Amino acid sequence: MIRFDGVTVRYASSDAVRLRDATFEIPEGELCLVVGPTGSGKSTLLGCINNLVPRFTGGIRTGSIHIDGRDTTLLQPRELATTVGYVGQDPLAGFVTDTVEEELAYSMEQLGYGAAEMRRRVEETLDLLGIADLRDRALRTLSGGQQQRVAIGSVLAVSPRVLVLDEPTSALDPIAAEEVLATVSRLVRDLGTTVVIAEHRMERVIEFADSVLLVGEEVRIGPTREVLAASPVRPPIVDLGVRLGWHPLPLTIREARRAAAEQRRAWLESPPPLPAPAPGGRPVLTAQDVVVRYPQKLAVAGVDLVLRSGGVTALMGRNGCGKSSLLWALHGAGRRDGGTVRPADGARIALVPQTPADLLYLATVAAECAAGDATAGLAPGTTLSLLRRLVPRIEPAAHPRDLSEGQKLAVVLAVELAGDPDVVLLDEPTRGLDYSAKAELRDIIAAMAAEGRSILLATHDVELVADACDRVVVMAEGEVVSDGPTRDVLAGSALLATQVAKLTNPTPVLTVREYLDVAR
Amino acid sequence: MLRSALPRPLHPFAWWGYAIGLAVAASSTTNPLLLAGLIGAAIVVAMSRRGSNPWAKSFALYLWLAVFIVVLRVGFRILFGGGDGPTILLTLPEMPLPSWVRGIRLLGPVSLEAVLAGLYDGLRLATIVVCIGAANSLANPKKLLASLPAALYELGTIMVVAVSALPQLGESLQRVVRARRLRRGSAARSRRDRLRAVETIIVPVLSDALERSLALAASMDVRGYGRSGSGGRRRTLALGLGAIGLLTVWAFRFLAGSPDVRLAGVPIVSVALAAAGLGCGVAALRVAGRSVRRTQYRPIRWRWPETLTVLCGATAVLLVTAVAEPTVVFPAISPFAWPSLTGPLLLALAAAVLPATLTPPPSMSKVAP
Repeated sequence: MIRFDGVTVRYASSDAVRLRDATFEIPEGELCLVVGPTGSGKSTLLGCINNLVPRFTGGIRTGSIHIDGRDTTLLQPRELATTVGYVGQDPLAGFVTDTVEEELAYSMEQLGYGAAEMRRRVEETLDLLGIADLRDRALRTLSGGQQQRVAIGSVLAVSPRVLVLDEPTSALDPIAAEEVLATVSRLVRDLGTTVVIAEHRMERVIEFADSVLLVGEEVRIGPTREVLAASPVRPPIVDLGVRLGWHPLPLTIREARRAAAEQRRAWLESPPPLPAPAPGGRPVLTAQDVVVRYPQKLAVAGVDLVLRSGGVTALMGRNGCGKSSLLWALHGAGRRDGGTVRPADGARIALVPQTPADLLYLATVAAECAAGDATAGLAPGTTLSLLRRLVPRIEPAAHPRDLSEGQKLAVVLAVELAGDPDVVLLDEPTRGLDYSAKAELRDIIAAMAAEGRSILLATHDVELVADACDRVVVMAEGEVVSDGPTRDVLAGSALLATQVAKLTNPTPVLTVREYLDVAR
Repeated sequence: MLRSALPRPLHPFAWWGYAIGLAVAASSTTNPLLLAGLIGAAIVVAMSRRGSNPWAKSFALYLWLAVFIVVLRVGFRILFGGGDGPTILLTLPEMPLPSWVRGIRLLGPVSLEAVLAGLYDGLRLATIVVCIGAANSLANPKKLLASLPAALYELGTIMVVAVSALPQLGESLQRVVRARRLRRGSAARSRRDRLRAVETIIVPVLSDALERSLALAASMDVRGYGRSGSGGRRRTLALGLGAIGLLTVWAFRFLAGSPDVRLAGVPIVSVALAAAGLGCGVAALRVAGRSVRRTQYRPIRWRWPETLTVLCGATAVLLVTAVAEPTVVFPAISPFAWPSLTGPLLLALAAAVLPATLTPPPSMSKVAP
């Protein structure tokens, strides 16, 4: 169905090759999962399938690509519209119309479908994606998961032979992501469309994947288990399976539970010694009865919170439960309609917002760092050296907008850390980060905690929380519903449990590292 | 029940036809009773047949605009006078003005005639505004643009994109302004610092908007936008330029009052120029439209309620302009005569209010609750 022959892509602005000599073939009707570390060219490869790369991005592509037996080199993306359906990361950025029905019909209007045919297909698509009750709704009023389902529906309406999904859930919270991925897996079974998907929540898709395409120094394709065993990025249970040499390699929790049955029984008889949370330092920030009230909504309804030095606290809860409002209220730059926030004497608070790029406005990374030095009254170069410590490979002459999400976050973090804050608040720093970028973030957080700073991060990512945080606060409808050590909160919850915790339940082992430590 | 009378949106052209009819009727009368009646009819129709869309809610704005127009007109007459008559209602202390503003009077005697002239005039403009407002809230603007010739399709696309881009721009502005408070900036001391503060907001907002528009362009392309062939572009251009040229010459001759060859009272050269220009324009739209192969999702078909609605508007115009006596349509101000409504005008008002019941209701929940 899709055949790449020696495809190499290089962008015009740099000599670096984004994709080197990719040669592979994806048969018809398969679900192919694309994996690889950040910057390995996953998005480039997906864009090549419908010629968005290089038609929209610029650059040079060599080699040949055949879709459905047709060489696509000279075709515009629009001419491939009926062959390849493409869904990007941010559904809202791709919407052309404003209501669900019109969005579903848009492609067909462009391609000149008859009115009756169009109506039939819109109705079918509404049912296929389970969005029939949303048909008249304005797109902006939908939740993220619903928006992404509409986006998938809008390309499926013209029944393309190939569906390309580029990280369709990276901007969604876990529940919405679940919704979208469940839909995708159902489509694969029902429609037999060839699907190529890049997804950082791999564990949700590998079950259904027929093959895995690993993008890196070389591009290779093969059966899921074989390729994942050699992949540098893999979900926790697969990682555990590889390290313990389980055979066959488990892909789902059920398979892994079977493989670990003996270990579980042994732990039930003699509970393993699990590390206890470190005792907290002195309180650096005390908040009492914090209330944030918007005209239509009570965002934070009386929250008490004490942050201690050296502590890393996770703030969890579904989208819109008041996490961001609480962070902004704690910092003082946001709205606070009641309660008190008392930093310990002289303690400074820094906040990294959800879209760090909002704070970057200069032409180069070096200039941003220099501006950071100037406002904080530091010796020139302090911020830059701090940034080098966070991400050693960053290019000071690069434009901040050209950086990856993880690097942008690091730049803003460096600028904020230059003021030597005692409390660092991070609003969803894991958005758009993949496994390796998250590992870097975890190291940065650990380093900040070791310096005695107190860190509070709002996140949906349980694996990161299990790895990096010692305390978890869960919010719902503006109130704190649970607050305790990470192990108690995560392992005791059905929704927040990590993959390893689900595997070892009822013994509360949270991460692969812990499992390997105590199993030894 | 007839299928065409089932709940459905009416064709936007029908609503505009009806509303323009009402507006024309209003513009050719100063009878305050008739004007008030027309406003009432427009309100009744708009309230009973508008949908639940955002543009439907704009009607209240037009009503306030109408009130403002009337108040302004009457207020100006009281303040500055003009059209004064012998019937003095009250005398306000006149403000002395310097001699070089001769001809303008501030306050002073207020005559009934001046106030009435202002009221009638204001009411007429207000009625036209209310009619346009009614059309705007009754007809779906997106369907209206989609019903235009295919060559004007791009206009519709631009409007829809702009409408969805504006709130996004507002959101990102809000976000950036909020985020800016995080970078402990030095307080604005000099003008340069203040400029810098503006830069810190504008640069992220604009680069955000730019990124978004690139993403949108890619998304539109991926979904087949602009796939149709670009054939006939040169012919379209030639015909379009021809139309503009011919119409310009015609307009110049018309405005300059150039002598014309008349045959049976018809100015031949002018008519020929206008017809040729319009013909070229239509042909250009046709040719451009033929190269665009797009279709419309759920097009609204023209059925008998549409025809009836337009007929109602036309009837109102006909009755007011041709049938009713001029003395009733333009009631005298000086000497003052009470305005009245005669048979034809009452019929016109009845025709104006009929679409409220003749047309199908806009929509209803088709599923049992």
